[in-house]
Amino acid sequence: MTPADWSALTPLAILAAAPVVIMIAIAVRRSHGAVFALALGGVGLALLSLPWASSSPGRGAPLLLLDGYALLLIALILLAGFATILLGFGYLKIRRGNREEFYILILTALLGAVILVGSAHLAAFFLGLEILSVSLYALVAYERAGEAGIEAGIKYLVLAAFSSAFLVFGMALVYAETGTLSFAPMAAKMAAGGTGHVLLAGIILITVGIGFKLAAVPFHMWVADVYEGAPAPVTAFIATVSKGAVFAVLLRFYLPMEVLRGSPAGVFLAAVAVASMVAGNLLALFQDNVKRLLAYSSIAHMGYLLVAFLAGGPLRVAAVVFYLVAYFITSLGAFGVMTVLSGPRRDADRIEDYRGLFFRRPWLAGTFTAMLLSLAGIPLTAGFIGKFYILAAGVGTFLWVPVGTLVVTSVVGLFYYLRVLVAMYTPSPVTTGAGTSPMPAGALALAILTALLLGLGVYPAPLLEAITALGPFG
Amino acid sequence: MLLSWLIIIPLAGGILAWVAGSRGPYAEKGNAALCRWISLAALAAALVPVVWLWLEGHSVAAPGASWLARTNVPWLPALGIGFHLAMDGISLLFVLLTILLGMATVIAYWAEIDHEVGLFHFLLLAVLTGIIGVFTAFDLFLFYFFWEVMLVPMYFLIALWGHEKRAAAAVKFFIFTQLSGLLMLVSILGLYFVHGGQTGVYTFDYFDLIGTSVPSGVASLLLLGFLAAFLVKLPAVPFHTWLPDAHTEAPTAGSVILAGLLLKTGGYGLLRFALPLFPGAAADLAPLAMALGVVGVLYGAILAFAQTDLKRLVAYTSVSHMGFVLLGIFAGNETALLGAIIQMLSHGVSTGALFILAGALQERFRTRDMEHLGGLWTVVPRLGGFWLFFAMASLGLPGMGNFIGEFLVLLGLYRVSLPMTVLAALGLIASTLYAVRMVQKVFFGTGREAVQVPDLGPREMAVMAVLIAAILWLGLFPGPFLDTARKGLSNLPGTAIVMPGELARTTPPGGAHDAR
Repeated sequence: MTPADWSALTPLAILAAAPVVIMIAIAVRRSHGAVFALALGGVGLALLSLPWASSSPGRGAPLLLLDGYALLLIALILLAGFATILLGFGYLKIRRGNREEFYILILTALLGAVILVGSAHLAAFFLGLEILSVSLYALVAYERAGEAGIEAGIKYLVLAAFSSAFLVFGMALVYAETGTLSFAPMAAKMAAGGTGHVLLAGIILITVGIGFKLAAVPFHMWVADVYEGAPAPVTAFIATVSKGAVFAVLLRFYLPMEVLRGSPAGVFLAAVAVASMVAGNLLALFQDNVKRLLAYSSIAHMGYLLVAFLAGGPLRVAAVVFYLVAYFITSLGAFGVMTVLSGPRRDADRIEDYRGLFFRRPWLAGTFTAMLLSLAGIPLTAGFIGKFYILAAGVGTFLWVPVGTLVVTSVVGLFYYLRVLVAMYTPSPVTTGAGTSPMPAGALALAILTALLLGLGVYPAPLLEAITALGPFG
Repeated sequence: MLLSWLIIIPLAGGILAWVAGSRGPYAEKGNAALCRWISLAALAAALVPVVWLWLEGHSVAAPGASWLARTNVPWLPALGIGFHLAMDGISLLFVLLTILLGMATVIAYWAEIDHEVGLFHFLLLAVLTGIIGVFTAFDLFLFYFFWEVMLVPMYFLIALWGHEKRAAAAVKFFIFTQLSGLLMLVSILGLYFVHGGQTGVYTFDYFDLIGTSVPSGVASLLLLGFLAAFLVKLPAVPFHTWLPDAHTEAPTAGSVILAGLLLKTGGYGLLRFALPLFPGAAADLAPLAMALGVVGVLYGAILAFAQTDLKRLVAYTSVSHMGFVLLGIFAGNETALLGAIIQMLSHGVSTGALFILAGALQERFRTRDMEHLGGLWTVVPRLGGFWLFFAMASLGLPGMGNFIGEFLVLLGLYRVSLPMTVLAALGLIASTLYAVRMVQKVFFGTGREAVQVPDLGPREMAVMAVLIAAILWLGLFPGPFLDTARKGLSNLPGTAIVMPGELARTTPPGGAHDAR
């Protein structure tokens, strides 16, 4: 390790040190406010160190590859972590039990996600994934008092372990065939020597493992229960950071392997994309629980992302990255509204909790409206530009089946987003058990997210130029 | 820059009205008036550049100067997307109609809406902004953007202020227009890549894309995507099923905007985009489209005759009248095209007025069911008089704008297909039936003679007077409109085989050459 490598790894070092500092702080004295400030400071410091890391000549080789794309996605993930911490503060404040450990787990999960995004090697991939997953097991079951939390935690644990097994087996097969664990040489060997059956089996097994993490159909069984059982800020975190980081690895792992296009592995991925869009949108139609509804809609959104991923051409990476940014903002916003609405007893996750919201809390209803419209891909929101980009990438490379599926299923998607919208704007004298306590930190996060959502929806040029300026991927 | 103001002024006015109207429940009355004045002032301000352009355009009679104004600012240069607005005669007429009906709506609803007044006016002005954008956008991405932007506020207008079954109607409206809009987006992207593949220039700009030679098979597919959006919006039978629900359940202001303006975006889209971009494919499809037009004319009229809900009746008459528009656009000669444009303008005014009056009736009698009305002529004579006037306009009485529109369409159509002309002309008889029946059921006979309700006030009378003036102008002196529209048509290759001198023969006496 040279000094240049160390400076490239500063963000990771800060993220690793922050939980330790917080643990020591807790040992001295438990203080929710202080730990909250420390966690924010840690993430903020890591964010601030990114420009420095990007200017260093080191790239974290051989395990990591911290190039421009990785740093952009790391920034995105850290910002999502920042928002989660802001949202979590108010949420935990009105609840009983230990609050401080939440921030430790968020920070370790962020560390795992950052490693995942930067990984250029199967070892780093697996390491990052496990750090992320282990933190999430605890976070999902953070509400130990309720049955739903425990159930969700165990489900997530079992299925994550299951998918890890697929992943490791796949990695072993790939290693046996190519003799390397690094992504770039692996792709080079494939391009030179073609893909045999064993290698293909390995790749498909890895895809299955990734599919579990993304909750793409048919590996989606866990997602609704986990979304429902986890505390709202954690759900926001899983929807964004966990899925986004895994998608970044997908890009990193597959994009060099052009040879897979048209092979059974490529066809498999296309089938997964179509099935995710169809099943996700159809299943969401039948949900009365907003968390479950958003869980199924997230399956569909992973399908949309896969369409962009499957498309070749110059627009592909830009489409994926832009959509990820839009999806992060939107999901954080949607679950953020839910967090702010949640009372001390339970989360505001029933459609009834939103009935007449516009007349009780117009600003929150407005924010949620913007987020839902963005999920549905309506103009003036970032989600529209994202969807437009994906359609452009798909049409540009003649992916007619996935594009057609996207168009039809996203109209199906409108039905359930509109259901929630209609409920919000229907007058209702009944007040439900959901809370009404103000959460200034959460409100701040929501205001920023809404501004970003509309800003990117109306004038996305700066972000698009930034993505384009990063040059070719890889 | 002038055209940007057409977008900025109404939008800014809407935001201001929202702020002014949402200052808490205390000063409800005063603030409501304030935000109405702001909305009106914004629309009046937007009217100024349009009228100026119109007068200016008339004074410049040079043959090449068919573009009245253009503005082009890069928006997403990486993808070849620009904020490109332009205005020619056709755009100008539709923008004029938009602002006029917008003002009429604001004034006519001065008192009806009583909750969330600020938000209501914001949404109203946002819809109008989107519609003005649709009529002036000359970048296909921008066009789609505005196309969608006008839907969202409309959805909320229906869902928040609508009648009994508003939620279902709003959802239906949104889903229909979204699906068809997305199909159009895919077609736009297809054209973008076809053009980029041929020339290496990837752009959404209308003026670059218009000459693209698309292989004929692909062109038909791409045209279908555009047609999906425009035929749903127009609406053409069998894509009209969203319309009766949306028009009936929308608040009256929403119905006015829907029938008066939103439907016109479909016709405008056909005229501006579908035909010029794919002239060959459009010519192939023309017989089918015209057949749909004839079916629409007759089917809409027959269904209108069978309705008992007043707003639903007027909604079905729109289906019928828009059938004429479809016929006129696809007939492929200038006479019919001009007829379609005049028909759209007149229909916007007359149907807008009918919906305003239907709203006034509903406000007074708490019902739209014709079975529960009757004998109102003595109760509300002014309302009845106006209603009779616009019912006559709707059935195409000579001297009113709708007559000119339908007459020109039939005249143009005659040279294309005699059977279709005969069938479409039957629609005029059917429209007499429903219009007369409507007036008879509501205002004559017996039923509610004993009810004491106020007649139309001076504010509503003023709105009606302006709309009547517009209809009579269109009907008696259509010259300025025809001239302006014809200048615009010269920008639309592929819409018509222009035959010089033809129009001089076909316009009514005193029409074409009466340009101010």
